[in-house]
Amino acid sequence: MSNESNKMKKSFGGIVLDSSFRIIIPFTLVYGMYILTHGEYSPGGGFQAGALLAVGIVLVRLIQGADKKSFNVPGPIAVVCAGVGTFIYAATGWLTLAGGGMFLDYSFLPVPMHHEAELHALGILLIEIGVTVCVMMTIIDIMDAIIERLDDDKEVDYHE
Amino acid sequence: MTIITALFCACTVFLPTIGDPNSAPNQHVTPYYIENSAVDTGSPNIVTGTLADYRGFDTLWETSVMFVSGLTACLILMANTGEKQQGKKGGKKREQ
Repeated sequence: MSNESNKMKKSFGGIVLDSSFRIIIPFTLVYGMYILTHGEYSPGGGFQAGALLAVGIVLVRLIQGADKKSFNVPGPIAVVCAGVGTFIYAATGWLTLAGGGMFLDYSFLPVPMHHEAELHALGILLIEIGVTVCVMMTIIDIMDAIIERLDDDKEVDYHE
Repeated sequence: MTIITALFCACTVFLPTIGDPNSAPNQHVTPYYIENSAVDTGSPNIVTGTLADYRGFDTLWETSVMFVSGLTACLILMANTGEKQQGKKGGKKREQ
C-alpha cells in the first residue's frame, strides 16, 4: 500500500510533466479509443484514432524516456505492429472471401447476425481497428527512428 | 513551363462550380450514397460508410501506402547511424 502510494507520488520532474502524464495522457488514450469505436456514428475513424493514440505514446516517451517500461512500445515491436495493422485490414477482406462473397463485401462475413447492416458495421469496425494500429505504430516508428538518429549524432560528437 | 502553367490556369474556367448540383460528379453515384448509405452500411455517418464500405479497397491501399511510406522514412532516418552498429538489427539499443 505504502509502496504503491509512493509510486503514485513520484514526480516526473516538474508540475507540467506531472500533470501531462497524469491527466493529458490518460485522456488522450481513452479519447482515441472512443473515436475508434464510435467512428461509425460520429466524425472520426481509424486514421484520427491512430494519431491520437500515437500522441499518447509519444508524450509518454518524451516525458519518461525510452528505458521505462510503462506505456512504452519499443521500436522493433512498433514496426511489426504496423505491418500487423495492415494485415488485419487485408484479413477482413479474406474473411469475406471465405464467407463466399467478394473481397471486402461485408455482407458475407462468416459471423451469425440478424441484419446485413450489423455485419457491415462489424466489418467497418474491424478494418478501422487495422487502420488505427497501422497509423499509431507508424507514427511511433518514425519517432523512434528520429530519436535513434539524434542519439547517434550525440555519440559521434562525444567521441571526436 | 510558363506557357503550360498558363494553359492549366486557363482551363480552370471550364471546371464545374463548387456545389453545383447539376455537375457530373454530383449526379453519378453521390445521390445513391446519400440515400442508401445508412441502410446499406448500418452507419449513420456517410463519410465513414463511403470510406470504409463502398470504397473499402481504396482505403486498404491507402493504409498500405501509409505503412510503406512510414517504413521508408524510418529507413532513411536510420541510414548511416554509425558503423559500430553493423550486423545488429536497427532499432535495438547499442551496448557501449
